[in-house]
Amino acid sequence: MSTIEAKDVWQIYDGRVVLEKINISINEGSFVSIVGPSGCGKTTFLRMLMSEETPSRGTITLDGKPLPAEPTSDRGVVFQRYSVFPHLTVLENVMLPLELAASPLLSRLFGARRRATRDAARTMLEHVGLHAAASFYPAQLSGGMQQRLALAQALMAKPRVLLLDEPFSALDPGTRADIHVLTKRLWEETKMTIVMVTHDISEAFRLGTRVIVFERLNPDDPAHGARMTHDLSVRPRLKDKKVLA
Amino acid sequence: MRLINRYPDKGTARLLAAIPFAIVLAVYLIASAIRLAGNPDDKLLPGLAQMASAVQEMAFTQDPATGDYLMLDDTLASLERLLAGLGISVAISFIVGIAVGMIPYLRKMLVPFIAAFSMVPPLAILPILFIIVGIGETSKVVLIVIGTAPFMIRDLIMRVEEIPKAQMIKAQTLGASTWAIALRVVVPQMLPRLIDSLRLSLGPAWIYLISAEAIAAQEGLGYRIFLVRRYFSMDIIIPYVLWITLLAFAFDVALRLLQRFAFPWFAGAKTL
Ligand SMILES: Nc1ncnc2c1ncn2[C@@H]1O[C@H](COP(=O)(O)OP(=O)(O)OP(=O)(O)O)[C@@H](O)[C@H]1O
Ligand SMILES: [Mg+2]
Repeated sequence: MSTIEAKDVWQIYDGRVVLEKINISINEGSFVSIVGPSGCGKTTFLRMLMSEETPSRGTITLDGKPLPAEPTSDRGVVFQRYSVFPHLTVLENVMLPLELAASPLLSRLFGARRRATRDAARTMLEHVGLHAAASFYPAQLSGGMQQRLALAQALMAKPRVLLLDEPFSALDPGTRADIHVLTKRLWEETKMTIVMVTHDISEAFRLGTRVIVFERLNPDDPAHGARMTHDLSVRPRLKDKKVLA
Repeated sequence: MRLINRYPDKGTARLLAAIPFAIVLAVYLIASAIRLAGNPDDKLLPGLAQMASAVQEMAFTQDPATGDYLMLDDTLASLERLLAGLGISVAISFIVGIAVGMIPYLRKMLVPFIAAFSMVPPLAILPILFIIVGIGETSKVVLIVIGTAPFMIRDLIMRVEEIPKAQMIKAQTLGASTWAIALRVVVPQMLPRLIDSLRLSLGPAWIYLISAEAIAAQEGLGYRIFLVRRYFSMDIIIPYVLWITLLAFAFDVALRLLQRFAFPWFAGAKTL
């Protein structure tokens, strides 16, 4: 069953076509990697999926219904930077989604409910290996820890779809390998649909069940934008070998 | 080593900081001594002894008629006006600044107005204030508000707009409403920035306070300075000016410490 469906989606900025004729149907539970040269519109596509932008033409549906006009909690995001709140500790960052959901007026919980929320947040932190850093502020964390925190925070809101824009590209190779394992594990446990933009082809194949390539065929022609030029499904056997390697 | 890479150690740093103060003090004392040598009754550059006796008179001697200490009364009167004005300014600018910074409709409606309003020279409308609200306390407080609030509002609007878009999107994807974003994302991040804004507004606030007191008041630090000016009482004016400077400096330090201890995340987040 498909979760996200883009039908003939175009994005045009100031008369310049950035994306054209994008048709994708993304299955529930799949992990789609999007790759392509810099400036081809990968982020633009992701921004449309999170309702930060609306397509100039075409429609995108989520579970058969048109996307809401603004970001909602059914689509979580992790950006390369600025994904966590600098004024909240690690623990508070992870508690926040639960507090927002449970307390519309104050976005804060008290007493037993607060303790329950804190326990849930602690469990999540343990899960992503940030237990020892619970009382730190994001500025005190390494890049890899910040991104793990961002993942943990996004997952607390239990999104149907998780959108990742080059989430690991600022990390060194060792840290990146660790967080790949974590991401894959979280994806398998939550059965979430993930769409990840990346520059790293091997990352795209290692994590994705499907790799999509955006490419601008006539870079100098403003009337034509990038299209989906390849749509590769990654064979599980191959994928598992890569993960082990 | 290059000059830009050379740092003084702690003791040297203290010494360096003291040098300009010492020079100003020395120059003053020498000039004063020269004038007093020429004419022991000279009022223009009073020596330390004259100033000390004036301070003794103003600060530590009970007024036989009222039982008050003049300098204490002046200080309390001035501080009351200053704090009332700044308090109102902070409250207005925090609410308006955050609301306007967050909500596009309000931004379109109010930003041009605030920009225009902030160009009105506050002292030029002091006569209007006197006419409308009289020459009592209200006009002085209102002057401080008018003089400082537009700057703080504009500063805060810009600080709110500086919050990375990604952060606002992220908050929405976590299910936050506009109100929840204000409460949990924007307000807590604006509080330490409001302190910065307030620190920058302290100087102007003192200017407006002293000006208003100079023109119409019965007591206050500014009132006293301009009153004794008629008698060329430099021995009172100079200690008063030093006292005002010290008060302003103490506020600044207190706000800086408050920021550091109440918002421990802030220093790190600036470089994040
Ligand atoms: N709001 C906007 N207004 C005008 N042009 C835009 C806007 N957003 C993106 N663009 C243009 O759209 C094109 C695609 O940008 P986008 O950020 O989607 O690329 P990308 O594939 O994510 O690149 P990178 O790999 O470098 O992150 C770029 O040429 C960019 O200049
Ligand atoms: Mg991008």
